[in-house]
Amino acid sequence: MTPLFLTAALVLATGLFAVGLFGLMIRRGILFQIIALEIMLTGPALAFVAAGAHHGDPGGQGMFIFVLVLAASEVALGLALYLRLGRHADVSDSDTVNLLRR
Amino acid sequence: MGLSGAFAIWAGALGLVAMALAITRPNVVHALIWVVAGLISLAAGFFALGAGFAGAVQILIYAGAIIAVFIFVVMTIDSGDAALARERVRLGKGWKLPLVLVLAVLAPVALSLPGGGLDGAPVAVPAQRLGALLFGPWAVAVEVASAMLIAALLGARHLARREGGQ
Repeated sequence: MTPLFLTAALVLATGLFAVGLFGLMIRRGILFQIIALEIMLTGPALAFVAAGAHHGDPGGQGMFIFVLVLAASEVALGLALYLRLGRHADVSDSDTVNLLRR
Repeated sequence: MGLSGAFAIWAGALGLVAMALAITRPNVVHALIWVVAGLISLAAGFFALGAGFAGAVQILIYAGAIIAVFIFVVMTIDSGDAALARERVRLGKGWKLPLVLVLAVLAPVALSLPGGGLDGAPVAVPAQRLGALLFGPWAVAVEVASAMLIAALLGARHLARREGGQ
């Protein structure tokens, strides 16, 4: 049996992305959807770090830093939008704002 | 794959289970706690892979700072029993079609996984080499990332500000 560490890591990364995508589709609360987006981003992060460890290359961890920056920006803007929606229109649900107007 | 690689896969599998639990909790606080558990499991996997800087950053910034922002926002909303019951009802009925769609997306990935040539133990990458990369050849990308963070900061401040007189 061949040891396939990178293949197992890529399967896990795909699984994390799929779990996040599934959560994004089954939830309608905006907070839960932002959480699911975060989980989706951890999949590529794991893939980058595992590939960097496989090749002994620092680029994997470097790309992980960029994924982290992206996640932080997305959470900041998403939560600010959520707060504003909740304050002005009493909305916590993404279905009620899908027309971009009231 | 070696002991460290096996431990990394085990920790990653734990993280996957924790994330799957996170997206199915009706209570947002429980979901956040499971996300933190999953992120820390993944960080343990990063340490086992020899990516110590990524693991530390995962715990300090991801599980520490980003989830803390979530907690602050959750504290400002009132998630009463009505919201909890609504989430339970929704979770019970709308999951079949998304599951089929996700599996349809995953099927080609599972079929195209490489069967060999990717073996070998993980190689540790010290933080010094990461720093030499980030502040050397990738300096422009780091500057662009910092500009994106500042844009997100300004955008969040603009969106979440209270308008006077209301």
